[in-house]
Amino acid sequence: MTQLAEYEKVEVNPELEEKAEKEKARRGLFTALPAYVYLIAFFAIPLVLVFVFSFASRSRTGTPVLADWNLESWARLFDPLVAGLAWRSLWLAVVNTLLCLLIGYPFAYWIATRQRSSTRNLLLVLVLIPFWSNFLVRTYAWRTLLDVDGFVTQFGEATGLWGQLLFTLPAVFIGLLYGYLPFMVLPLFAAIERIDWNLVEAARDLYASGSDAFRRVTLPLSRPGIVAGSILVFIPSLGAYVTPDILGGPNTTLIGEYIVTQFGAARNWPFGAAVSSAILIVMLIATIYYFRSGGRTL
Amino acid sequence: MSVSEGTASTGVVDKLLTINGWAVYLFLYVPILIVMIFSFSDHPNVGIWGGFTLDWYDRMLGNDQLMRALRNSVIVAIVSTIVSTILGTAAAIALERYRRWLGKRPFDALLYLPVIIPDVTMAVMLLIWFAQLDFRFGLTTILLSHIAFNISFVAIVVRARLANMDESLEEAAADLYAGRWQTFRKVTLPLIWPGVVGGALLALTLSLDDVVITSLVQGPGATTLPVYVFGLIRRSVTPEINAVSTVMLVASMVLVFMSLGFQRRAETRE
Repeated sequence: MTQLAEYEKVEVNPELEEKAEKEKARRGLFTALPAYVYLIAFFAIPLVLVFVFSFASRSRTGTPVLADWNLESWARLFDPLVAGLAWRSLWLAVVNTLLCLLIGYPFAYWIATRQRSSTRNLLLVLVLIPFWSNFLVRTYAWRTLLDVDGFVTQFGEATGLWGQLLFTLPAVFIGLLYGYLPFMVLPLFAAIERIDWNLVEAARDLYASGSDAFRRVTLPLSRPGIVAGSILVFIPSLGAYVTPDILGGPNTTLIGEYIVTQFGAARNWPFGAAVSSAILIVMLIATIYYFRSGGRTL
Repeated sequence: MSVSEGTASTGVVDKLLTINGWAVYLFLYVPILIVMIFSFSDHPNVGIWGGFTLDWYDRMLGNDQLMRALRNSVIVAIVSTIVSTILGTAAAIALERYRRWLGKRPFDALLYLPVIIPDVTMAVMLLIWFAQLDFRFGLTTILLSHIAFNISFVAIVVRARLANMDESLEEAAADLYAGRWQTFRKVTLPLIWPGVVGGALLALTLSLDDVVITSLVQGPGATTLPVYVFGLIRRSVTPEINAVSTVMLVASMVLVFMSLGFQRRAETRE
């Protein structure tokens, strides 16, 4: 009897257990601390500061003044010019995401369903190279193609289909599609390759047609890839700066470029901060929706 | 039966998929190849072929500003990669291996944010903050910014590796009286090494790639190669840019093959 009691005492010692747990918690925080402090100093505080600045005012020379707090910058977001820019950027980002999905899905599916793994690997490496290549350089490549003497322009003029596209909206579209297509293909490939094809076969055995099996089995199973790819394309498309700057013209300004102008030539920091804050809010809503709808990782 | 039924339509679908596949590869590669080819063209106009020359490469090497920008880029990329790899790996371990600690959930969110916000907004945030702190804009501000966005990317890659790893190996080491540091060095680190290297290579690429954030936090006389090239492109297009572009493209291809080779070695070892 006493022996048993003693045995139990050794087995469960809540005090010791609690101490170990506390020690572990302390070590967890300690391990994360350098990154934690760094991200608070160079991410969290700047993030809050942008919101603060969006309510600030400007001196006569254009320097931001952290006094006379007002809603002027936020009100200007509804100015037809700004709203038009924002609408164009949003529309462009949505269409670009859909285009990438439309071209990227059959492409990723094709790579993922090749029989031999060596073929699959080779095809994948050929996607990885543009994925890792410098974005600016890849955008620049289109600048030369779309210029007066460029191949695309000459081909268009010879066939009478199009003239010079550089500095127009179609050029920005081509640039965005070209720039972000690999970002769509890689997560799609990862998701499609993981699919258990026995499930598709089972659907076919149960007399589902090819398109039915695709729509009701393959497509839902590749959903994580679709969502991850769409986020990876949509976010940078919405904030695009390099592409419209190099390939676009005065009539194709997008919101990303517009923000930068506010911190450069226009010298209106509070307004630039307000536009940035608005974009941040849109992004946060989109991300929260993504995690709510069952997404886990990017 | 289902197979023979499906073959007719599958044949057509497969043909269409193949056509789409090769069309996408053409779309991805023709522009890059043209840039590379015309870097050897002896004609000041980038759209016209004027015979083979290495002049543009010669001119590139003789461009002091460009070389200084390249040196800055390499310094920023290497230092920010080392710092962010250490901080990011520690962050990943803290999140994956320690169940509960003070402020874990906010940290998890804070770590994701730099990945999901557009470059432009991050650039604006840091610009305002550095101006508020009265920092001198230059290499230091560029470096601080690059570390800020790289930590998260490293942490995500390392976390994916840790999540797939058996925790019992570390417990076994602890049971065999290995100290915490010993367990980390002899067990954890070798196992997550492919993830750490993958994260580091991603950080290196992102740092060498960045235009938007750097162009807002750079200082007079201190800029990186992509930002310098961006400025050149905005002014005028010359074959010298093609030469620089070709070098940058080849460098990223080398990085891709290095990381693939490393991954393969890690896999065969397992």
